[in-house]
Amino acid sequence: MVNRVIVGAHYGLRDWLAQRVTAVVMAVYTLIVIALLLADAPTDFAGWKAWFAQGWLRFATFLFIISLVYHAWVGVRDVLMDYIKPVGTRLLLQVLVILALVGYGGWALQILWRA
Amino acid sequence: MRLRIQRYDPDQDVKPYFKDYDVQLEPTDQMLLDALVRVKEADDSFSFRRSCREGVCGSDAMTINGKNGLACITRIADVKEPVELRPLPGLPIIRDLIVDMTQFFNQYHSIKPYLINNAPAPDKERLQSPEDREELNGLYECILCACCSTACPSFWWNPDKFVGPAGLLHAYRFIADTRDEATNERLDNLEDPYRLFRCHTIMNCVDVCPKGLNPTKAIGKIKEIMVKRAV
Repeated sequence: MVNRVIVGAHYGLRDWLAQRVTAVVMAVYTLIVIALLLADAPTDFAGWKAWFAQGWLRFATFLFIISLVYHAWVGVRDVLMDYIKPVGTRLLLQVLVILALVGYGGWALQILWRA
Repeated sequence: MRLRIQRYDPDQDVKPYFKDYDVQLEPTDQMLLDALVRVKEADDSFSFRRSCREGVCGSDAMTINGKNGLACITRIADVKEPVELRPLPGLPIIRDLIVDMTQFFNQYHSIKPYLINNAPAPDKERLQSPEDREELNGLYECILCACCSTACPSFWWNPDKFVGPAGLLHAYRFIADTRDEATNERLDNLEDPYRLFRCHTIMNCVDVCPKGLNPTKAIGKIKEIMVKRAV
């Protein structure tokens, strides 16, 4: 294969926009949760369990986790694109990051619905 | 005046080194470039680029006490001694303060820095309303000195792929021009994770621009137009 610099993948806007939207979702969620906890924080395990079992909070936490995973993916991918030059290594690391993030996301949701 | 200048002659030196100079200034020496000319008088092996000596040609861009700028419009009274001068970072050094700007200009050419309009030319000039012309202010003034792009870590890591702040400022200058007909092609050309989206808005470019321009704002406007086009 010829060794030329090729650019023009024609994507990037969606990820850039998604990173901003997910940041807003996480910021809003964080503020709401902090406000709620300042008002009335659960004191024991049963209290925390009941707190996270509220339907709307489960919904919001689900959105938060999805946002976190997508946001982290775009950010870590950008870091890898900046610093890891060999394409094979970059692809491998990107795949590992995707697998880790999907795994973490699933795990978090499982904890959330187990509560 | 005391200066500490990075010297490098690839034919003789293994690696760059710093050399100290003490030069006697004349009362007419106001700008850092005047001091560099004094250094050159004392040591003619020292090399740097200069031309217009008034901040228009962009030849004498260098790192002055850690910050990119033009020697010709940097007042001697404003810099702390000893003044440490290095070549622009991230580009190959040809000699002393002279760098190889090929990658920088390749990126500039890649955005097609000229008006594209295939409509038959009118009898006189292609007119713009004063409001439309207003949008080009803060864009057309760029002199391509490369202070911004060489202050940008994204450009350091990917100078062959990332257009860089100077190129993107010029890209927006033509996207914003109502007389240009190639807006879609220009946006297509930039919609790429490397070409445009390596910009992470750290604003080093704004910090160093000797002409007081704002490439980050221009890049933001390109993204805004892309969003408008896509959403």
